[in-house]
Amino acid sequence: MAVTQTTEPDSVLAKALKEGLIAGALALGLFCLVVGFRTEQNIRNELILTHRWGLLTIFVLGAAILRFVITYTAPLRAERKKIKRAVAVAKEPSAFRRSFPKIGLGLLLLYPLLVILILSAYQGSMMGGLQASLKYVDNFGIQILIYVMLAWGLNIVVGLAGLLDLGYVAFYAVGAYSYALLSTHFGFSFWLLLPMAGIFAATWGVILGFPVLRLRGDYLAIVTLAFGEIIRLILINWTAVTKGTFGISGIAKATLFGIPFTPGPTGFAALLGLPNSGVYYKIFLYYLILGLALLTAWVTIRLRRMPIGRAWEALREDEIACRSLGINTTTTKLTAFATGAMFGGFAGSFFAARQGFVSPESFVFLESAIILAMVVLGGMGSLVGIAIAAAVMIGGTELLRELEFLKLIFGPDFTPELYRMLLFGLAMIVVMVWKPRGFAGSREPSAFLHERKMISGEFTKEGHG
Amino acid sequence: MSENKALLRIENVETYYGNIRALSGVTVHANPGEIVTLIGANGAGKSTLMMTIFGMPRARTGRIIFDGKDITQMPTHEIARLRIAQSPEGRRIFPRMTVQENLQMGASLDNLQHFDEDSRMVFDLFPRLKERINQRGGTLSGGEQQMLAIGRALMARPRLLLLDEPSLGLAPLIIKHIFEAIKALNKNTGLTVFLVEQNAFGALKLADRGYVMVNGIVTMSGSSADLLADPEVRAAYLEGGRH
Ligand SMILES: Nc1ncnc2c1ncn2[C@@H]1O[C@H](COP(=O)(O)OP(=O)(O)OP(=O)(O)O)[C@@H](O)[C@H]1O
Ligand SMILES: [Mg+2]
Repeated sequence: MAVTQTTEPDSVLAKALKEGLIAGALALGLFCLVVGFRTEQNIRNELILTHRWGLLTIFVLGAAILRFVITYTAPLRAERKKIKRAVAVAKEPSAFRRSFPKIGLGLLLLYPLLVILILSAYQGSMMGGLQASLKYVDNFGIQILIYVMLAWGLNIVVGLAGLLDLGYVAFYAVGAYSYALLSTHFGFSFWLLLPMAGIFAATWGVILGFPVLRLRGDYLAIVTLAFGEIIRLILINWTAVTKGTFGISGIAKATLFGIPFTPGPTGFAALLGLPNSGVYYKIFLYYLILGLALLTAWVTIRLRRMPIGRAWEALREDEIACRSLGINTTTTKLTAFATGAMFGGFAGSFFAARQGFVSPESFVFLESAIILAMVVLGGMGSLVGIAIAAAVMIGGTELLRELEFLKLIFGPDFTPELYRMLLFGLAMIVVMVWKPRGFAGSREPSAFLHERKMISGEFTKEGHG
Repeated sequence: MSENKALLRIENVETYYGNIRALSGVTVHANPGEIVTLIGANGAGKSTLMMTIFGMPRARTGRIIFDGKDITQMPTHEIARLRIAQSPEGRRIFPRMTVQENLQMGASLDNLQHFDEDSRMVFDLFPRLKERINQRGGTLSGGEQQMLAIGRALMARPRLLLLDEPSLGLAPLIIKHIFEAIKALNKNTGLTVFLVEQNAFGALKLADRGYVMVNGIVTMSGSSADLLADPEVRAAYLEGGRH
């Protein structure tokens, strides 16, 4: 007895040490060239090789220690899991989970006010709070909500209809440039251009959709990818209209039904007798994009209950069965494409109004990939899951900018934003390992007769029994 | 038996997969209110004929006429809207949708107008489906999926029901149940049924008439009783089988 008791922890420790060393060696091999060395151009335009041994050491140590801790605590965690499994037999979705959408919505509605209140209290003055809240409302609030809206729009195409679209950002670009061009050339107002941008994008969705929708799966993905690139290249090269990489600047801002957010006497602040500040416009934009995102969600929820939404979901599962049930698969796909594109167009016109500047750089493939990642990570088709994925991914990148203290560890020229892709990759691996169907990976049936009974996606076989 | 009043008439149809001919010169018909069966060995072309009626794949030559209308070149979804329903090979139910939603998909042509009434009829036929109404299609057992595929086809209020091997992989008791259900539907509502089967004995017992297909060619046809008594049919499809 005594022998086993002493050897057991020892062997675990030995194993953990070994695995830690292996992980360290692997990390050394992987990062040696990528992180350890770096090429720089000196004043004479020569490439010189510099090295970053310190950073490399941190990476290697990090990997080794992490692996060591994971292996060392594995038996402990397994024990705990066993106990937990014995206790929790069957768990209904908790009250928190069920009411999460409502709580989240309430928080979103109150978010700017909460931020201002908290920061005012912190800074000791209302004005200081307003000024400081700018960053949180803009960088976190608006930025995240734009992506939530884009991901919800793409969700109609990918999550519901099951059409893999790798060029979604093209519709975002169409919306943004429609707004930018029509507003600078003709002076149309935001409220006229918002629906127009949506219609333009939807039209492009149909134009693209018509020839490609007979393609399936991978082929469709490649063609949509090419479409996204074509739109971007047109924006770069059609300089007479789009000004190329230079971009279009000085785009008119959105107004509150005609009331501009300018410092002048007819401006919003002056009319309400408030002190001048850029914050009101940001708060207005926040609620605007929140409204647009909620519109997307509402339309998605409504459509899912209607025959067309049903047809989208059925299409994702079995196209041949759909056709023999009398569903016109071509128009069904086209409507999915056009609806998704329309919301992309709305988001694009909002983007143009918010930035006041558009250039092709904002519409690269990476954007499509990020939006698609949100849909996949969130659990295809689940609005809440997608919103969480968007908040984590975009909020995470914004947070990275805030992590100034990392410079103390990694040295002064460490720029955390550059590790954004590393984080995306990590997030994807983590979610796919623990939740292969995304955060919220069970499709909520949209029709019930008797009591609600959830059967998680994990139990659902793919394919046809 | 006059062929002019036939509900479905397939004339001289040839279907190809690429360059390979799967059906040659197939002529088959079904009169209103009849149960017609098509039997044949694996790879004979039975499923191909059934799918050709729906235009997936299309017949390269010949004509398919339903209720006096030439549907040979009609888009598949429009063919379905003429109230031809099928329970296809491999069932093809929607795995992530519940039983209820699958049935609703079947009734979508009518915008669910008769959903309650028709689903009650399906549940009377297959009480098992009612017990599992909120279960996802993909998690049903094979037999339950078959019931769902047939039920979904019935929800479309078909005038012609095409069934591709409804007995595939099912227990004898359930096969019996499904065949009885088909018979009852045919008797009570005058539904015309076109039944593709491997289980030749059961199919011929159930049907009024039958066709035998070999390598994409219809080699024999006649009343079920005649086919059942035919020595060639007995040798090829019945002896050694379930007799
Ligand atoms: N999509 C396809 N592409 C190429 N050949 C096909 C295709 N589908 C079927 N075939 C071929 O056509 C022939 C007829 O196939 P079919 O599925 O109609 O047979 P079947 O009579 O239904 O057989 P079973 O009883 O096994 O279901 C077979 O030789 C098959 O290999
Ligand atoms: Mg077959």
